[in-house]
Amino acid sequence: MSVPEKQLDRRWLFALTILVVGLPLLLRLESTQREVSQMVTNVYEAIDNLPEGSLVLLPFDYDPSAEGELQPMADVFVRHCAERKHKLIFLTIWPQGVGMIQRATNLLQQEYPEYRYGIDFVNLGYRPGYEVVINTVINDLPSLYDADQVGTPVRQIPLMRGVENIRNIPLIINVSSGDPGLKQWIQYAATPYESINIVAGTTGVQASTLYPYIPHQMIGMLPSLKSAAEYEQRLLKKYPHIGERESVTNTAQLRMMSQDAAHVMLIAFIVISNLIFLLRRRGERAV
Amino acid sequence: MKRTIPILIASFVGFLLIFSKFIPPFEEWETKVSVWFDILAAFAFVLGGGNLLKNQIKKVHEQKPGWGFAAVTGIAFLATLVVGLFKVGVPPAFQTPEHVWSGEYMQEGSAFWWTYEYLYIPLAATMFATLAFYISSAAFRAFRAKNAEASLLLGTALIVLLGQTTFGSRLTEGLPESLSMLRIDSLKEMFLNVFNTFASRAIMIGIALGIVSTSLKVLLGVDQSYLGAD
Repeated sequence: MSVPEKQLDRRWLFALTILVVGLPLLLRLESTQREVSQMVTNVYEAIDNLPEGSLVLLPFDYDPSAEGELQPMADVFVRHCAERKHKLIFLTIWPQGVGMIQRATNLLQQEYPEYRYGIDFVNLGYRPGYEVVINTVINDLPSLYDADQVGTPVRQIPLMRGVENIRNIPLIINVSSGDPGLKQWIQYAATPYESINIVAGTTGVQASTLYPYIPHQMIGMLPSLKSAAEYEQRLLKKYPHIGERESVTNTAQLRMMSQDAAHVMLIAFIVISNLIFLLRRRGERAV
Repeated sequence: MKRTIPILIASFVGFLLIFSKFIPPFEEWETKVSVWFDILAAFAFVLGGGNLLKNQIKKVHEQKPGWGFAAVTGIAFLATLVVGLFKVGVPPAFQTPEHVWSGEYMQEGSAFWWTYEYLYIPLAATMFATLAFYISSAAFRAFRAKNAEASLLLGTALIVLLGQTTFGSRLTEGLPESLSMLRIDSLKEMFLNVFNTFASRAIMIGIALGIVSTSLKVLLGVDQSYLGAD
């Protein structure tokens, strides 16, 4: 059997992509995960097992282009920490990360009004210097972050009293979409100082380069939106009151349905195109 | 002299920082030099901004192909800079109402916040979202089982791709426990944790050794390319 040589008009493919990605989002279809992977469990337990009210550092090193994949991770981390009443220190080594932190602090103010700025959480904002910022805050945090995002001297912020460096902060939760980011937090903070533990949420694209650091240098990470959906589901199961709020609290599961559909479409196209390719080749050999 | 002094400075600071890792009393120097670097990095933004503006003005002035895009870049850069620096639309901070510029530049409702929220975020997200179209078009054209190596790549890609979906997990969840290693999730984890990890580690060790040798060349003054051509 020979298959005629005919190219598919790319516009059909693009139209189908819009439908497949857009419809699940518009119809608010939710992707339900049956199992939670070991990696997600490790990250979840690292936050959950910390004593209530522990100090946690949250560097948000990503920008709006990765927001689609990473914002659900950032949201679940913040909600989980707030449920455990951890004290949160936000900062970023990406200039565009300031807006991403603002989303997290807005979430805290809307969903956890009891969280007070300066006492339960603080936003240290951005400092230039990329990975050298990490190298500095390990030894002397106030030398670089002498004031928070709004200009309040850190010495006047109750939460920051006694925080001379990040070596004694029991957990770092990094949300990262590239360099500098998670790799540098591992190399400069978590590897030389055993007291520093790190978990992360990262884009699927860079996740494969970070697997070598698990489990000795990093406890675990959410390497894709699927992991974020698993995490979210587990969090909502343990703290069902989160799902009863007015704000959308199942973003990862909603976005996962769209990703599921797009991936299945891609797989179908790859399989079909290979079948056509093989049939064509067989036809050519037969001639 | 023009080259010798910078080489000596680079060499001295480089070796100092290496030794500071091994000699505890010198640890503080590392922090100090890190802070200097962070300050210099802030100045780099000024240089970068100046350079960007200079290039765009030159392009527009000489009416080079694409000068319209250069004009848009220049205007967008200047507009963002002005609304950020002068804190346009930012009310004074609650604690210090007498100081007009005491508010935060990114405060909700300010011009800079508006630019970030309603221009930068949608533009950045749109640029990234167009990748979905390129990927969907490129993936099924590129992944062809043309030979053994390509077939291996195709098989691995399909398993990892399926493993990233809820559909993939459900496809093989019915397999008995004795065959659990053949489940899509387990296969995906195996590819990422075993094959990917040992290959990545090998690459990382190679890169690290390369960095050590390149850095030593710079510190010893053998490689002077960072000083420019003259």
